[in-house]
Amino acid sequence: MPDLAIIIPSVLNGITTGALYALVALGLTLIYGVLHIINFAHGALLMLGLYAVYYLKARFGIDPYLALLIVPPAMFALGYALQRGIIGRASHGRDENILLVTLGLAIVIENLSLFFFRSDTRIIDTPYSFETVEILGAFLPLPKVVAFAGAIVTAALLWLVMARTDLGRAIRAVAKEKKGTALVGIDTDHVYAMSYGLGIACLGVAACLLLPSYYVNPQVGHGFVLIAFTIVVLGGMGSFVGALIGGFVIGVVEAMGGLFLGESLGQIGIFAIFILVLIFRPTGLLGHRV
Amino acid sequence: MRSLLLLFAVFLVIGAAPVLVVSEFWLDVIIMTLYAALLGQAWNILGGYGGQFSFGHAAYFGTGAYTVAVLQVQFGVNPWIGLVAGALTAGAVAAFIGFSTFRYGLRGSYFALVTLAFAEVLRILSNSVEVTGAGVGILIPLERSLANLQFASKTSYFWLIWTMTLAAFLVVWWIGNSRFGARLMAVRDNEEAARALGVDAFRVKMGAIVLSGVFSGLAGVFYAQYLLYLDPSIAYGPAVSIESLLVPIIGGMGTLFGPLLGAAAIHAVSEFTSEVTGDAPGISLAVYGALLVVMVTFMPRGLAGLVGRLGARRGARALAVERRHA
Repeated sequence: MPDLAIIIPSVLNGITTGALYALVALGLTLIYGVLHIINFAHGALLMLGLYAVYYLKARFGIDPYLALLIVPPAMFALGYALQRGIIGRASHGRDENILLVTLGLAIVIENLSLFFFRSDTRIIDTPYSFETVEILGAFLPLPKVVAFAGAIVTAALLWLVMARTDLGRAIRAVAKEKKGTALVGIDTDHVYAMSYGLGIACLGVAACLLLPSYYVNPQVGHGFVLIAFTIVVLGGMGSFVGALIGGFVIGVVEAMGGLFLGESLGQIGIFAIFILVLIFRPTGLLGHRV
Repeated sequence: MRSLLLLFAVFLVIGAAPVLVVSEFWLDVIIMTLYAALLGQAWNILGGYGGQFSFGHAAYFGTGAYTVAVLQVQFGVNPWIGLVAGALTAGAVAAFIGFSTFRYGLRGSYFALVTLAFAEVLRILSNSVEVTGAGVGILIPLERSLANLQFASKTSYFWLIWTMTLAAFLVVWWIGNSRFGARLMAVRDNEEAARALGVDAFRVKMGAIVLSGVFSGLAGVFYAQYLLYLDPSIAYGPAVSIESLLVPIIGGMGTLFGPLLGAAAIHAVSEFTSEVTGDAPGISLAVYGALLVVMVTFMPRGLAGLVGRLGARRGARALAVERRHA
């Protein structure tokens, strides 16, 4: 039985990793909450964001945190275009079709990346990549602590947009009653595309905060997809607070699983949670009845 | 009855392949096409006829493949017994997944996600335990003989996969013409209405998932015996799950011949792209993904739907001719 001196750092490490997962899950939960789309292309789009951050640094020397001004807006535009141009057209009003189309998009994006960027794993080098912060006797990597703060700020911003702006009101209206919203003169296709764009912009934020402590290759999204789904399902589809808490829980479970079961088997805890929650409480811990 | 005759006619024509096709390369393409048709038909039972979209059919494929491989390598069990055992264990895994999801009424996207997660759990398990050779994978020793279910000539492999695929198609023909199939399609089209009419939706879906799992498992057994090597990402990775659903979606879900059309189409496309781009990494899969998007957007009924529409038009013309003569 490892003592507290090992468990506490491990838990804190899990929480910061969980914040990164939560950032990825925030976009997913927004997209699900409004469009009822399970966005399978989420991991692939995160990977594109990571490559964008990587090339901005490698080619133009732009710091990943400065790239926060460039990558999220670009990802927003990409998301808007994807929803309006492809996903919206393909749905024919059936959820299964959207699932298949986003899966198809994920396959295309991943394999084109493999073609253009090759399968090499790349990392960037920043002056703060190996800086650490001491918290409760644990030394945590600085980029992860920044990401932790970033996740909370992003969740708060998203909540503000949804609660306080006209766009947010329109999004909530469309999510509740699509036909009625169209009847009062709101362009629902535009609102759908805005929501999808916002969700993908969150991935842009995640990419900027992730890369200083992580790596990128064409398969990097895989690891995140199921984890992000797990978080969204755990926290309740469409709930931002749920996504944050779910992210922390999953981060800690993964860290504990790794500590007690070893690196490769440790991941099983995450999927076990996923399957159990989906079977017994598909509305999530904080979700509403659908 | 006509569709059954057509089915036998098509398989007889395919059966002429070993006589007509001399090149090993093309025989291999035909074998892999039949194998894809088997995988796709297995998915089609549950997804096409049952309307339950599985994103994790690798769970059954990999179980069948690992069963025959592990029994042979670790326990010296004859692969013919392994073939039966592989189909049965795959069916058992399907029964377990079906029971734990259908019992709680999971459908649509939720069902897709859970099946994906189950396949992922099996991948991690097979990556971590000794008996499957963990991450290194498992190599079936080369000992070519009929008793060993390993053949020196591609023609014998051809007959093996031809038989398995024909069996799957016969079962699907039966589904299309039986009370069980009628109930299954009723559940697909409107589960509440079907239940109101007294259909036991849970039992019907269980039947479909087990049949589906058994044939995916058989495809896994074939794969293991044909290529003689397995590792966790081959057996339980997403590639097999994607191929399983891509084939019937392109060919036409819920139709008897859809998976055959789909398998032929994706192999034609992949031969063509590798001819044009010369095996650049990723391109052929990217084309698969694009095909998936295009088919769902513009041809949700698949190639079989297209053939059906042409057939309908011809039928209408024949009817018009008859009327004129009357």
